[in-house]
Amino acid sequence: MKKKAILVDITKCIGCGACQLACKAKNGLPEGEEQKLSSTAYTVIEEKDGVNVRRLCMHCESPTCASVCPVGAIQKTSYGPVVYTPDKCIGCRYCMQACPFQVPRYEWDNSTPKMQKCNLCYDRIADGLPPACVEACPTGASIFGDRDEILQEARRRIHENPDQYVQYIYGESEVGGTSVLYLSSVPFGSLGFKTDISKEPLPMLTLEALSKIPSVVFAGGVFLYGVWWITNRRKEVRKLEERLKAMEDEEETHQKFKV
Amino acid sequence: MEMKTLVKKLTFWRSVFALLLGFGIYTTYLRYTHGLGAVTNLSDEFPWGLWIGFDILCGVGLAAGGFTIAATVYIFDIKRFRPILRPTILTAFLGYLLVIVALMFDLGRPDRIWHAIIMWNPHSVMFEVAWCVMLYTTVLALEFSPVVFEKLGWEKPLRWIKAVAIPLVIVGVLLSTLHQSSLGSLYLIVPDKLYGLWYSPLLPVFFFVSAIGVGCAMTIFESFMSFRAFGKRLETDLLRDLGRVIVVVLLAYLALKVGDLLYRGKLSLLGQAKTETYLYYLEMGMGVLLPIVLLAVPKLRKSYNVLFFSALLVILGFILNRLNVSITGMAVSSGVEYFPSWMEISITMLIVAVGFGVFALAVKKLVIFVETEAPEGSHLSSLQIDEASLVREPAPRYPGSVAIEQ
Repeated sequence: MKKKAILVDITKCIGCGACQLACKAKNGLPEGEEQKLSSTAYTVIEEKDGVNVRRLCMHCESPTCASVCPVGAIQKTSYGPVVYTPDKCIGCRYCMQACPFQVPRYEWDNSTPKMQKCNLCYDRIADGLPPACVEACPTGASIFGDRDEILQEARRRIHENPDQYVQYIYGESEVGGTSVLYLSSVPFGSLGFKTDISKEPLPMLTLEALSKIPSVVFAGGVFLYGVWWITNRRKEVRKLEERLKAMEDEEETHQKFKV
Repeated sequence: MEMKTLVKKLTFWRSVFALLLGFGIYTTYLRYTHGLGAVTNLSDEFPWGLWIGFDILCGVGLAAGGFTIAATVYIFDIKRFRPILRPTILTAFLGYLLVIVALMFDLGRPDRIWHAIIMWNPHSVMFEVAWCVMLYTTVLALEFSPVVFEKLGWEKPLRWIKAVAIPLVIVGVLLSTLHQSSLGSLYLIVPDKLYGLWYSPLLPVFFFVSAIGVGCAMTIFESFMSFRAFGKRLETDLLRDLGRVIVVVLLAYLALKVGDLLYRGKLSLLGQAKTETYLYYLEMGMGVLLPIVLLAVPKLRKSYNVLFFSALLVILGFILNRLNVSITGMAVSSGVEYFPSWMEISITMLIVAVGFGVFALAVKKLVIFVETEAPEGSHLSSLQIDEASLVREPAPRYPGSVAIEQ
């Protein structure tokens, strides 16, 4: 399957909340409208100065959360969704700490908690269906398709209506690209999007440090063993010299007694 | 009669400990029945708090004396430092055990702490951290075990440990190097979240170098505390030598930190009137500059009090650094304010108190501090220094036993 993506066209969103309703129904989350991402709301519509901004997991191309998870509970599927296996999770919350978009949520009031976030309806996609939120959108503010086609569509919209859009597709290159893309009529910074974010995939930062481990272990091991060998050798030599000296002394006294 | 002894035993510190224990038990109950949200001020925006910042980051760092002194004595064969081997290895071992205790509180699913053994993600720094904790705790247990075997009079295991002593120490040093630095690497992944004064590609190096400094400082600190509590102290000459080592380590650290700010072009951040700036100055001034000055002057270094005070400064500066990286430096980008709840603080304090308590108990029941100031003209001194090593050699307590050759 080709890589999929969602395009959220902020200019078309009327803030009806149908996406959240559909999402909650699909994922069996408790009903009730929510304004902030939570462990019971995978997608929300945040109102910023009269503009409706739908938020959900960005499903990064190189997901930071998946790279930091010590037990591999988060995986990037080949067709886009970043999915979570709760049975593996140990609850270290490094994914939350590391996510550049502050997406993962936690069940703080549960004694056996899970991390919670949008899974891009990976099962529906596998069945050839769009995610529940996209299907529910009445205005076409969210559309779904192959990522390259979705990007083309986004470029077309910006190009054809330059006065209606900011000339930027948010998510095209952020942290190496995401599977959720945004178009807006006002600068992204003013809508609470992080605009000074790195364009390089973040996992590279730790991978670089981790890749040095073998050489540190090897060089360190050789160095420590080498130093020990030298100090130990010195000790042995010293001991031997002492023993020789003792033997000589003994012989001397022996001869003295003889005389 | 019995009442009287009971009252007598209720000293000030014991009541403090009892109080902490009470709070701790209450918090523990809530934590495991109602979840992390019931006891901590953590949130989706601020998922790592005091328990990670202090209990884990500082706990591991303060245990760093264990590997530095072990390497000094066994690998570099600087025998002078033998008397401080045991206290530092004990500190390290306790430190790591308490880090695991803290993890059992902080992890959302402590019952799954073993998952990292079979579910691998070598791309994760946390995975590396998990393995370092597991392996190094094992190494420390083995490094400390002779002290216990000796007490029990178990000859055979003593000899086994002896046989693998050097590889054990080498593995321990390597694991520590990886672990100390990897705690810094944890934060490499948050370049846009951690404040510019602290985020650096050199974080793992900073964590490693500062850990060596604080490891030495902890040794001095313990020695003085033990003297106050039990009248047991290490040779002051040794502690002064450690003070000199601290100066060298801190100078290297300072050079790296300043060079890094220059190289990254973040020097201008030092002129901004912000909480972060003040905390940075406090961290570097209190924990690095002042101890360098105090310890570099031989006249000052001669004084017990200055030595102790400098060590304390290094430790406090180190703690502040770890809290700055994990809490203060992350505050602005998180968009929320985090301050630990009293329950988080109570667990942290209880863990520290347990650490002090177990250390004191070990000093009472086992041979941790070895008297080295032997009477003049006596040949005992060298014998006792030997006793302080990982394995007692030629064991005076077991005459006729097989002499373990060094």
